[in-house]
Amino acid sequence: MPTFVYMTRCDGCGQCVDICPSDIMHIDKTLRRAYNIEPDMCWECYSCVKACPHQAIDVRGYADFAPLGHSVRVLRDEEKGTIAWRIKFRNGKKDMELLAPITTKPWGAAIPKLSEEVAPGNEMRDGELLFNEPKYIRMDEGGLHTLESNGLKLKEGVYY
Amino acid sequence: MAYKTIIEDDIDILVAGAGLGGTGAAFEARYWGKDKKIVIAEKANIDRSGAVAQGLYAINCYMGTRWGENNPEDHVRYARMDLMGMVREDLAFDMARHVDSTVHQFEEWGLPLMKDPKTGNYMREGRWQIMIHGESYKPIVAEAAKKSADKVFNRVCVTHLLMDDGKENRVAGAVGFNVRTGNYHVFKSRTVICGAGGASNIFKPRSVGEGAGRVWYAPWSSGSAYGLMIEAGAKMTQMENRIVLARFKDGYGPVGAYFLHLKTYTQNGLGEEYESKWFPALTEMVGKEYLDTEGQHLSHKPIPTCLRNHAFISEVNAGRGPIHMVTMEAFQDPHLEEIGWHNFLGMTVGQAVLWAATDVDPKYENPELTTSEPYVMGSHATGCGAWCSGPEDVSPDEYYWGYNRMTTVEGLFGAGDAVGGTPHAFSSGSFTEGRLAAKAACKYIDDGKAEGIRVSEKQIADLKEKIYKPLETYKVYSNEIVGGSVNPNFINPRQGLDRLQKLMDEYCGGFGVNYMTNEKLLQIGLKKIKMLEEDMEKIAASDIHELLRAWELNHRVRTSESVFQHTLFRKETRWPGYYYRGDAMKLDDQNWHVLTVSHRDRKTGEYTMEKAPLYHLVGDE
Repeated sequence: MPTFVYMTRCDGCGQCVDICPSDIMHIDKTLRRAYNIEPDMCWECYSCVKACPHQAIDVRGYADFAPLGHSVRVLRDEEKGTIAWRIKFRNGKKDMELLAPITTKPWGAAIPKLSEEVAPGNEMRDGELLFNEPKYIRMDEGGLHTLESNGLKLKEGVYY
Repeated sequence: MAYKTIIEDDIDILVAGAGLGGTGAAFEARYWGKDKKIVIAEKANIDRSGAVAQGLYAINCYMGTRWGENNPEDHVRYARMDLMGMVREDLAFDMARHVDSTVHQFEEWGLPLMKDPKTGNYMREGRWQIMIHGESYKPIVAEAAKKSADKVFNRVCVTHLLMDDGKENRVAGAVGFNVRTGNYHVFKSRTVICGAGGASNIFKPRSVGEGAGRVWYAPWSSGSAYGLMIEAGAKMTQMENRIVLARFKDGYGPVGAYFLHLKTYTQNGLGEEYESKWFPALTEMVGKEYLDTEGQHLSHKPIPTCLRNHAFISEVNAGRGPIHMVTMEAFQDPHLEEIGWHNFLGMTVGQAVLWAATDVDPKYENPELTTSEPYVMGSHATGCGAWCSGPEDVSPDEYYWGYNRMTTVEGLFGAGDAVGGTPHAFSSGSFTEGRLAAKAACKYIDDGKAEGIRVSEKQIADLKEKIYKPLETYKVYSNEIVGGSVNPNFINPRQGLDRLQKLMDEYCGGFGVNYMTNEKLLQIGLKKIKMLEEDMEKIAASDIHELLRAWELNHRVRTSESVFQHTLFRKETRWPGYYYRGDAMKLDDQNWHVLTVSHRDRKTGEYTMEKAPLYHLVGDE
């Protein structure tokens, strides 16, 4: 569903240009507003729709299989940690509002800065453990699974 | 040329492409390399790049050893069964034994994992899948990568890896260009972790015109993982193992939650169960070991994905389509109905748009399914990718050359789609592979393996000329014609992509030929791809955006050639429902219970193919 941009709502801020994974939201140099330069490389991922501070971007289903007259709108709020959707059918018979959380923590706050963690010792460097392991594997004192601990061998040949 | 050359020197870990694999690598690298210089180069913006840009509604790879749900070897056996035996079981075991620690950290970072109200455990969708509210999955893991990396270069498309001019077969960094400024970027680095993506859009898609972007895997997944590594001379494995997906028609909305959690099921156009009737003939094709319907029924072993596709395709060909997903029962429960919609909004919004546009309310109407065009990637139910070393404590000699997830090019590591033979890693497993690769890359440097790397000015200058050539071609020839896009001297990237998709479809087993090919067709296809490769020298780009498309196409062509070579080499039909070798319609364990490994000579472009032994995890006794 390729995206499109409403002329009167876009102020050319470029948030959509900055976020589009497909590099297809560009600023029109004459109108100084954003538009989708390559609809057939649009995945309808809604990244630009969610990023637009003015709700200026919407989606119209792909012309080759989606009839006109529908609407799927979205509001993403990092501070509230929610995403709100509204789906309207072409025939007007269904109009749904759906809400989902996008995070359980204040944005980014709970992610560790690994440069500040205690550096791993040589034994850990030479072994198979990763950061926060073994604890985070089972959230207990258990160790990493190995062939030996699990009674396994790697054998060449045909096994099913 | 007006574009500046910007050199980033003295990098220790360069992450080329930061989807789930690359972000995992950048994050973990800081722990093992406190003083190391970690740099990310990404053609989009890492907050919304890669296959998870849109979000996910499930994490498809979680063992749950914490609650005694599964052990890593259980997952390996599952992947083996689903891929008809063809798995690098050392890598798969290694990923599975670490993946839970990744998921537990995601939860701590704020990713909303659903809980089962009865047990308090994560809400299971299926045996391996847990349900999440993952709209912000990618921005969350990107935060983690940003906290670890020294620098993030967004909007820099990596086009080539740099090679050491002092030592044969050793990586020395990468080059690319900024898709906004056009500047040439040179990254001199001791190691490179390739986190670039698999390939959508190399086979002709079912959608036409505007809808061509509605592919199952993201349209920006341009096969760059393979394009970059093959060009550098890395060996590849299982590139014939493309995947075909049974999905909701046109929108390609996912079916996993529908089957597993909502308990919906499929039926043919007459309202009948159709799968089982195809199984006796299919058992003849693949052998009882791979499809024992009676045994499978008793053991509740799932039917391999490709074989279910086979039943779907055969039923439609027999004239009893369309295949429907029976949603009308489950959707009477308002809670399940809500989950059904959330599932799309969380990862494939386009499917919700399509149902809204066509007034398909799955509560009152069973939606149609279809089988997609094929995709080449390495983290879903398929295992294309580079031939990588496994971990020291697990891998047999043939699978081990010193550093976990290192390719056959020294200092070049892989994660996610880049690593071959590791299907069913999905998002969490790809992130985990990135972590494993990062640790190994740090060790590689600490062991002194990256000493004395030399990159000549000539290599840098030659690549610069090569990268911008499409702009030059356009400048020279575009005024030779009055206007329009028809020029006798060049093709544009869209025209090249169309040609690639058509020839892949017709000669390599796309949907247009019911996934069928044979030796003759493959050889014709290879000839045509050689000509396309020659024409790639004459590709033209009118601006920097088109230059991005030109290089994406380059990576797609390089990927496709490899797919042809591998498909030609494996003279059997290993995965009916993914593709068929019409001249060898049976699975042949006597000759082909092996992994296929290819090598493309960097200088001559010649391919050599070999068989690598398969090792399986078996009990001690």
